[in-house]
Amino acid sequence: MRPSVQIKGIREGLLIILGEGEWQQAQEALLEEVERQADFLRGGNIILEVGERALNAATLGKLRDTLSDLGLSFWGVLSTSPNTEQNAQALGLATRIHQAERSETEPAQESAANDVEALLVRRTLRSGTRLEHPGHITVVGDVNPGAEIIAGGDIVVWGRLRGMVHAGAEGDESAVVCALDLSPTQLRIAGRIAISPKQNRKPQPEMAAIRGNQVVAENWTPSGK
Amino acid sequence: MAGLVVTITSGKGGVGKTTATANIGAAMAQNGWKVACLDADIGLRNLDVVMGLENRIVYDLVDVVEGRCRIRQAMIRDKRLPELHLIPAAQTRDKSALSPSDMVRLCDELREIVDYIVIDSPAGIERGFHNALAPADHVVIVTNPEVSAVRDADRIIGIVEAEEKGPPTLIINRVNPAMVKRGDMLAAEDVLELLAIELIGVVPEDENVIVSTNRGMPIALDGKSRAGEAFRNIALRLEGKQVPFMELDDERGLLQRFSRFIRPGGA
Repeated sequence: MRPSVQIKGIREGLLIILGEGEWQQAQEALLEEVERQADFLRGGNIILEVGERALNAATLGKLRDTLSDLGLSFWGVLSTSPNTEQNAQALGLATRIHQAERSETEPAQESAANDVEALLVRRTLRSGTRLEHPGHITVVGDVNPGAEIIAGGDIVVWGRLRGMVHAGAEGDESAVVCALDLSPTQLRIAGRIAISPKQNRKPQPEMAAIRGNQVVAENWTPSGK
Repeated sequence: MAGLVVTITSGKGGVGKTTATANIGAAMAQNGWKVACLDADIGLRNLDVVMGLENRIVYDLVDVVEGRCRIRQAMIRDKRLPELHLIPAAQTRDKSALSPSDMVRLCDELREIVDYIVIDSPAGIERGFHNALAPADHVVIVTNPEVSAVRDADRIIGIVEAEEKGPPTLIINRVNPAMVKRGDMLAAEDVLELLAIELIGVVPEDENVIVSTNRGMPIALDGKSRAGEAFRNIALRLEGKQVPFMELDDERGLLQRFSRFIRPGGA
């Protein structure tokens, strides 16, 4: 059974998704499809999704050459195999779509989060839930261990924060994380990662921010600003 | 009156789903209800072993779904409890042999002939779990008072809620009251603080559970076991009755009461 070849247009170029099957056959199916649609695809950036296949650098390199002969630019590889990712990166191929984009744009200066609507979620986020939003995020409820929040802006948890949070995810170091009980498994602001020290104190409202060169958490005090 | 489907699941493996299924089924049958226990763990079946019925397997769940037999032919009747039946899993296949809609259709047929269907879900969140979840009217989550089990239970609750199967209820299994007292084990309150669902039972750690499993005799049928009593109470609560939770500290209390009797002079 021939592996399937699906072609989708995305922002970065053309995403080609290879269905299940032996690599040899998948490659044949791919090249057949590419040749069939040569006029439509010509000059395009190709991102190949290969699933769990482990592909070595030689295979990827040869594929890049073959595609280049057909007038296509082999730009990135998406795979769940860490070997394939490593080999692709060694050849200068992108392995994440957003990452490939970021290398071409300026890092965000002023928080773009203020240009986007803020997100309000009114429930407890259980383990395995992932919330991603380019703006600010407020959760009214708990964030359980195993849950993740990734925000371009600030993160406010009106409840217990015990999961993983990443504020200022697009590079904004002025982003903050607030919670009534700040006990995340991991806290990230922009490019920095911090782990809360284990404390057996009564939970109290805190705000975490980058001060100087570190991520610090400050208690909320009535008189504080 | 159509039968009710209860799916017993957990996320984490080894917390006591199969034991709970066998014992809840046995207790309900003992209470006079017609019960069918279903093993949805295709490829890694254990419910038959725990119920002591593995020697009597002729047809299994996959045979029914693939049309090689009628559903009644796959139902093994327990000779000790005539109201209790088992439909075993297939051992030589895997979880891709069934689909969620197969399970829904099968349970719709079973609802006509029994009062309760208790489904033993496999561990995990993949196909086998979804197969077991699909026909459920009510979901029971089993966990241990232990951080990794609770983490997985939280994940499962999220999935059950997302699938709109109604709020699940919780069994905290293998509680060791002495360890809880020492602070070495999570207390029920700690578990509930994170999981925030209704508690339907707390089952104490009891080495007799392993003995009963080896003998293929569900411990709920043992009048002397505290774990058995806990499972019987869970069955009653699932049947809609109000039953107060057992005092798990009683072992210690009993000893103190005895020593007061023995001491001369009294009071």
